[in-house]
Amino acid sequence: MWRYGRPGLVVLLAGLAVGVPLWLVLVTSAKPQAEAIKPNLDLPEQWQPGSNYADAVAQGEMLRGLLNSLLVVVPSVVLVLILGAGAAWVFARRKSKLVAAAYALCISGLLLPPAVITIVMELRQLGLANTRPGMIAVYTGMYLSTSIFFMTGFIRAIPMELEEAARIDGAKPFRIFARIVLPLLRPVIATATIMVMLYAWSDIFYAFFVLGGGERTTLPLNLYKVASAQLYLNNWHLVFAYVVVMSLPMVAVFLVGQRKIVSGITSGAVK
Amino acid sequence: MADTVVRTARKQAPAPGAPKGVGRLPRAAVHHPWWFALPAIVVFAGFFLVPNLLNFYYPFTNWSSYHSDIAFTGLDNFTTIADDGTLVRAIRTTLLYAFLAAAFQNGFGLVLALLLEDDTRFNRFFRAVFFLPVLISALATGYAFQALLDQDGAVNSVLGTDIPWLGSTTWTIVLVTLIHGWKWMGLSMLIYLAGLKGVPKDMLEAARMDGAGPWRTFWSVRWPMLAPAVTFNVTTALIGSMNTFDIVQATTGGGPAASTEVFNIYMFRIFGQGLYAQASAMSLVLFLVVVAVAIPLVVGLRRREQLL
Repeated sequence: MWRYGRPGLVVLLAGLAVGVPLWLVLVTSAKPQAEAIKPNLDLPEQWQPGSNYADAVAQGEMLRGLLNSLLVVVPSVVLVLILGAGAAWVFARRKSKLVAAAYALCISGLLLPPAVITIVMELRQLGLANTRPGMIAVYTGMYLSTSIFFMTGFIRAIPMELEEAARIDGAKPFRIFARIVLPLLRPVIATATIMVMLYAWSDIFYAFFVLGGGERTTLPLNLYKVASAQLYLNNWHLVFAYVVVMSLPMVAVFLVGQRKIVSGITSGAVK
Repeated sequence: MADTVVRTARKQAPAPGAPKGVGRLPRAAVHHPWWFALPAIVVFAGFFLVPNLLNFYYPFTNWSSYHSDIAFTGLDNFTTIADDGTLVRAIRTTLLYAFLAAAFQNGFGLVLALLLEDDTRFNRFFRAVFFLPVLISALATGYAFQALLDQDGAVNSVLGTDIPWLGSTTWTIVLVTLIHGWKWMGLSMLIYLAGLKGVPKDMLEAARMDGAGPWRTFWSVRWPMLAPAVTFNVTTALIGSMNTFDIVQATTGGGPAASTEVFNIYMFRIFGQGLYAQASAMSLVLFLVVVAVAIPLVVGLRRREQLL
């Protein structure tokens, strides 16, 4: 009974829970405005995905948003990974009270909420308010804890002998880090990449405080503007065209790194 | 398990090939020098710790877009938000939101993990399907559910009803936390799956030999072995959802009648009005509430892991 019941239940759940909202987004993004005012699950009577997506690109300033998002998210992810890996290596291998304290402090960001209002004050004093470097610094500071936590757990499980063998061959710390530790970290790097990308790619809260409106707005901020503008209040077709385009990069990243992400979570989070 | 790794590592014999001629520097300082960790520590301290420390000062000032200089004003900001009732309401709303969202996210995640536990191609495909909502931004998720639950929306048109789903001051918060749970259930599922993978096969075998049914096996073998996954999932879900913003902003914007106005929604609104110090006061309260919830939670769940 359960042998056939279980797959049936899975398909039913997936269809209802994930299929229905997704379907709604996709069909609405292909409807003309008159049909989309009252969102429903019907197929469009008149298909016009092309012009909807073109409108979303034009009115939502999507290309500029995409560029702004990339210019902020990519450097943040790279910094989080590189700085995090270096710190995790030291935290995983050295044993002293000071190291334990530094580690505890650095992963405190997993629990503590970022003080978003005073970040704005600090950035103003540093001349970084409303700038990309300011946004990158804030994201990096915020998500370092995640990568350090995952990576430290992972490195602790890597046998020390690998490093020692290289050391006998005369390798210096930097060489050992770059040639042995970093390549072994690949699965957890995939996990950390997708986690940080997920948060930073879709963030509007911190971007609102740090970047504000203006020239440097990221994709989610633009989506927020499109959706909340009075003019577009019932422009579900444009909102969802925007949503589809904005979500595609994340889905692509996940599909590419899927295997590694799962193994990284397995070895990093659950010990 | 992390602890055992540390302990065995400590017992290792000194590396035979330790470089000569490095003076009296301890081995660790040569092999794993601090300067690898320094950049991360500096950035984290500068852009995370320092703002959090400043957050203990600015709430006691009159910092706003209406003053050119910042002066100390004592508890004024706190008495303002306490007197107009927003303080208590925001605390209550945020805690309720966090507990419900964490419960839904973990409940859905655990059920999905148990349903999709075996490593078949069918299951791998549907794991990816249930992970899809995690990949879609919370803001987009919020809009999708607004279109579903609107009075003119898809759910009412399918059911042939006319229910204002997002208009109840009592039930809307439950619906919004359900959406939150829906968005993040895929992540919990993955972590529970990882935990289930760690249950030794011979342990399940032994349970079956002893005549334990699926329920008995779950409660006596699987569930105790899942303790670390539960710790991680419950902690991150609870603390993460206290920091929620996008889903609430996209579905209700804090309404109806401020019944879903969590801390971050309040800060967003008040900051937009230029009342920086007041928003900062709320941010300090959020910090203190998170600490007050997180410490007993982590300590309690860790102790539970030891007992099980």
